[in-house]
Parts: sequence; C-alpha cells; structure tokens
Amino acid sequence: MILHPGILALLSGSALILLMLLVAGGVALRILRHWNADSGSTTQLQLERQTWLVTTLLKYAFGFQIITLFLFLFTLDEIHPLFVGAMCATGSLNANLVGWLVLLVKIGLVFAAAFWLAVNTLDQGTEDTPLVRFKYVTLLLLIPLVALDLWLQWEYFSGLRPQMITSCCGSLFSAEGEGVISTLTGLPVEQGMSLFFAVVLLYAGLLLASLRRRAVLLRHGLFVASVLLFFVSLAALVSFLSLYIYQMPSHQCPFDMLQGHYYYIGYPIYLGLFMATLFAMLPGLCRPLVKTASLERQLESCEPVWLRLALFGLILFLVTSCWQMVFGPLILLGY
Amino acid sequence: MIFNFKLLEYSLSSLWRRKEKNIALMIVYALVIATLGSVLLLTHALKTEALMTLSAAPEIVVQRTQGGRHELIPVHYAETIAGFPGVGKVTPRVWGYYYDSLVKANLTLIGLGGYHEQLELLEGRLPQAADECVIGAGVADAFGPQIGNLLVLEDSSKRRSEFYVTGIFRSRSNLLTNDLVVLQEDALRDFFAMPDGLATDLTVQVYNSREISTIAKKIAYFLPDSRPITREELLHTYDSLFNWRSGMMLAVFVSALMAFLILAWDRATGISAEEKREIGILKALGWETSHILGAKLREALLISLSAFIAGLLLAWFHVFVLGAPLLMPLLKGWSVLFPTFDLTRGVNLYQLAVLGCVTILPYLACTVIPAWKAAGSDPDDVMRG
Repeated sequence: MILHPGILALLSGSALILLMLLVAGGVALRILRHWNADSGSTTQLQLERQTWLVTTLLKYAFGFQIITLFLFLFTLDEIHPLFVGAMCATGSLNANLVGWLVLLVKIGLVFAAAFWLAVNTLDQGTEDTPLVRFKYVTLLLLIPLVALDLWLQWEYFSGLRPQMITSCCGSLFSAEGEGVISTLTGLPVEQGMSLFFAVVLLYAGLLLASLRRRAVLLRHGLFVASVLLFFVSLAALVSFLSLYIYQMPSHQCPFDMLQGHYYYIGYPIYLGLFMATLFAMLPGLCRPLVKTASLERQLESCEPVWLRLALFGLILFLVTSCWQMVFGPLILLGY
Repeated sequence: MIFNFKLLEYSLSSLWRRKEKNIALMIVYALVIATLGSVLLLTHALKTEALMTLSAAPEIVVQRTQGGRHELIPVHYAETIAGFPGVGKVTPRVWGYYYDSLVKANLTLIGLGGYHEQLELLEGRLPQAADECVIGAGVADAFGPQIGNLLVLEDSSKRRSEFYVTGIFRSRSNLLTNDLVVLQEDALRDFFAMPDGLATDLTVQVYNSREISTIAKKIAYFLPDSRPITREELLHTYDSLFNWRSGMMLAVFVSALMAFLILAWDRATGISAEEKREIGILKALGWETSHILGAKLREALLISLSAFIAGLLLAWFHVFVLGAPLLMPLLKGWSVLFPTFDLTRGVNLYQLAVLGCVTILPYLACTVIPAWKAAGSDPDDVMRG
C-alpha cells in the first residue's frame, strides 16, 4: 500500500516536517544552553539571529502540518474503494485502527503548533523576549510528537491490506450498539440541537464580550467555551448536522461530507470549527504566561486579531454547517 | 505582510533582476514537476478508462479451472447458476485470442452471443452468416479492410479462413472494442475447433449489486471447479495495480526531485556580491532581518508556484495532447498491439494536492536556511565588501 502517490506524499511530507523540527531543535538546544538576554556578546547576537531561523522553520512546519492533515483526510477518501465494505474515510480508518490514532495525533499537533506560534508572536513582539526558555522547551517537546505522527502513519499505511473487509460509516455511526459514538448518534435531535445552540450562544456571547472588555475572567470563560464548542460541534455533526447535509434521515457520517459529490463542504466546515476553537483558546491559554508589562502590551495588541479570526471561523462554521438545516428541504423536527 | 502588493512587486522585480539564474532554475523545476505530474495524470486517465470499460462488464464472470489452469466451461453450468435466486441472465461466451504474425498483433475474437448490446456500431451491420464479421476500429487500422472487404485469418489447423467485414465497431470506451473481431458463434467454434457444449466462460447478471458477493460464494460452493470473478474484484485489482505502478514511478522520479533540490539549495546559498550589497542597503534603509527573510521566502514561493503551473501545463500537454509517448510503454501494459486510444482528459483536485505536496513543500523547506543566512548578513560588513 505504501506505493500509492498520496501515501508517498504524506510520508515524505511528514518526514520533511520532522527534519525541519530536528534542525530547529538543534538550534533550540544551543539557545537554551547559552541564552543570556543581558549579554551583548557575539554568541548572544548569533543566537538572537538564529531565533529567526527557528521561527521560520516552525512557521513552515506548521503550515505543512495543516496541509498534511487535510491531505490525510483526502487520501483516506481516495483509497476507500480499495477496501471491501468501505464507502468513505471511515472505512479506510477502520481497515487499520491505527488510522484513528494518526488522525488524533495530527489534530493535536495542529493545535500544539498553533499555540507555539502564538507564544512566539507574543515573545518576538517584545524587546526583552521573556518567553525564550518556555518557547524552546515546548519546541523540544513537539519533536517527539511529530516523530510519533510519522511512525504512526507508517504503521497505518503499511498495515493496510486491500483485500481487507472493513465496516463503513453506516455501521459505525449508527444508533445500535454500545459506546460513545452510538450514544451520540442515538441522541434525540431536539435535545442535541438545544445543547449545540446553547453552547454556540454561550461561545458567541463570551467572544463578543471579550472583544469589548478586557476582563481576564472572560478569556478563561471563552477558553472553556471553545473547548466545549469543539466537542459539542463534533457531536452535533455526527448526530444531526450530517443528516441535514446529506438530506437523509439515516446517514450520520462526519467524513462523507469531505467527498466531491457533497461539493467538499466538509473542508470549510472543519476549517471554520478549527479556527473558531483555536483562536478563541489562545487569549485564555496565553494569559498565564504574561508576567511582564511588555508581554501585556503585546498580548493586548494580538488579542483583537485572534478574537476576530475566531469570530470569522464561527461564522464560516455555522454558515456552512447549518445552511442546509435552515434552507434545505429536509425537516427533522415536527411542527 | 504577505498580501502587501508593493512587497510582492519588489519580490517580482528582484527575481527579474536576476532573470538568467532564476529562469534556468524555473525551467529545471518545471521539468521535474512535469515528469511527476505526467505520471499522476496518466495513471488517473488510465484508471478512468479502465473504470469506464468495466462499468459495462458483467457483474460476475465464471470460469472453470482444472489443475489450477483455466479450462473450457460446460454450458450446462449456466442452468445451475440461473437457478440461484437473484440471478438474471446467464450467458455462455465463446471467445479467444488470435495472434497474427503478419501484422504482429493480438486480436480478440468473440462469438456473437448477448454481448453486442453493449457496443455501438459505428457503421454496417452485425454478422448474419458464418463468413461475416464485424471488427474494431483498431483492427481496421492495422489490417486495412473496410466494409465489404475480406479479413483473412488462419484457424487452429492453419487453414485460411475468409470473413467479409460487415461493420466496424466503436464503443464509448475505445479500449473495449479496439482489437475486437466479432464472428457468429458457430463460425468461431469452428475456427477455434471448440467442441459444442463448452464455452470459454459464463457471464452472470445479478439484479441487486449487494448480492454479488453472496452469489459468487454460492457459485464457488455448488460448482467447486469454477472460479467466479466479480466486477468489484476487477475494479479493485485495476485500482491497486495503477496505484502501485504510479507510486513506483513516482519513487523512481523522486531521485530527480532530490537532484533538483540540491541544485536549488546550492543556487540559493551562493548569493552574488551584488545581492549581498542589495541586502546591506535594505538593512541600512531600515529593513529588519524578518523583512528580508520574508522577501526571500516570497521569491521562493513565487518561483515554485510559477514552476508548478508551468510544469502542470507541460504535463497536460504531454499526456493529453501528445498521448504520453515517454511514459505510456511503462505504465500501460505489455500487449503486443495495444491499440491507440484517446485518454479521457481530466485533472482532479487530489492529484493537484499530491503533486503540490511532493514538489512545492520540499523546495520551500530547502530555501529556508539559505534565505535566513542571506538575511542575517551584517549591513556594515556587506557594504564594506
């Protein structure tokens, strides 16, 4: 299975990311060992110059990570006809269960890398760069995660056997059976909707309030709300949003919507959800790191941008996912 | 800053100032992309072609094996299979291959029996007598007969058989009929010296596509010497085969990509004195390291995007206009006379994503360190020379 063009692209892409992070990690070790912000020595000047290299490498690696996450989903869709019983990415993931882990690690990496870049933006915007040590220690922690991602992908793709009989989304995402997923799919639509829209309202309220006021408590509240939004939205996608998207009262799959015959609508949906979650988490996450006045100023200039991006993400997510619910012909709730 | 048009203009003019170097680099880059792109486009087109051919194929084909080899199947097996619930029509097929040493071509000879419905006749009519035949467009090109002319073939005992051409086939997919010669079934039995009561294989129509695999299992159970082949299995095999072939080709061509990356790295590291002075002046004017780094990376992005578009167009031209003369023999197969056919044109989003990932990402990663080195130079040192 490895000799599939998409799989080759994914593996080489992940290897490239790991290589870039290893180079950055080497520099990070040197910086951690010799960094002295008060010194004006040649070594310190050189180290300061090298921070630019690390930043650029990380920005690229992060960008590549997002691209490979989407390419991974795209590839899962592309290879599903090879497996008996598979009808979308779910079937490809079920053909070798390591695939679910890959997906999890990839999503985790995107969040972690985004957090790192946000901290870096804060730090580099100040004169005294007080977060250097924290930044480079976390960078070193990211490396094993990237290596794990590459290894798991190798395990997943090399373990795939085309003759394998797998189960499709129809059997995984169905109300029968036990476990979290069947509880989600079996959830009554009305209750699911109330929960989803309550969380969206809470999130939107906190987001708009945070845009107007500077209270720290609002940021922490928004952080909690965005985590809630992420999981509740994923659940809503499985339990009722997918029904509207497919216009079918029995089809509950979070992956089918990524396919061409649903006009790739899944991509803007997930992109919007990721943006809404990520950018709303950042102010709350970065708050505990802010110890100096310079960082405070920097955070205040970054926050409005993040919050607006989060708002944009929320609008994108809501419009693309709920469009069919409002304007589509399928009606799930009685009058 | 990325969307600042003045900066974009600056990067473009900077690229233009060193046009000899950059154009040479872009040409090599575009050629590498065109090679990899051709592999992807061609395999996709071949896959589409195979898919179209197979969409008309019967749901199940049943062969008989003896000692692990393909044998003629008794026609009465058809009655047993037709008795299974859910099975539609079961048709015995008589067909075989014929190698013509004169034109060095392999032809497929098939008996007229329930098969012709799937094919569109371009001109003429179906054979009605034992000495009549209908041929595919590829056969007409290779042998040269037209309607009303004679097609001369040698039968199994090397005797000369003459058939009048009554029509020339052309179906939706060229692959299906190009090398085809259709005869009346009895005429073909005579030609191959095939006994009555036996056929080459049986085609089975299944009404419900979900029952195909169950019916295939039943056939294998009740007729233990038979080998049912489902259409799905054929599709999977084609898919895996073409994926494997294109992956193999990609893996081979990745070495070319590596060589190019080394070249690109080398080019980007060795910046000229003029370029160094430029960076020095920019820094003296107040540009920061990050600005220069951004400008350099923007240049790399511009180069790779233009090379990507150029390479993709080249690949398109090579595959769909020229018919991929450089790759076809490697990817297609090894039939002696593989009829020429037009590839179904098309590029899908996935191929673009894969090609972009394989070619653009490594190039961008490759330029980071040289760009950082150039951006880090000290204005004082640079301007003093």
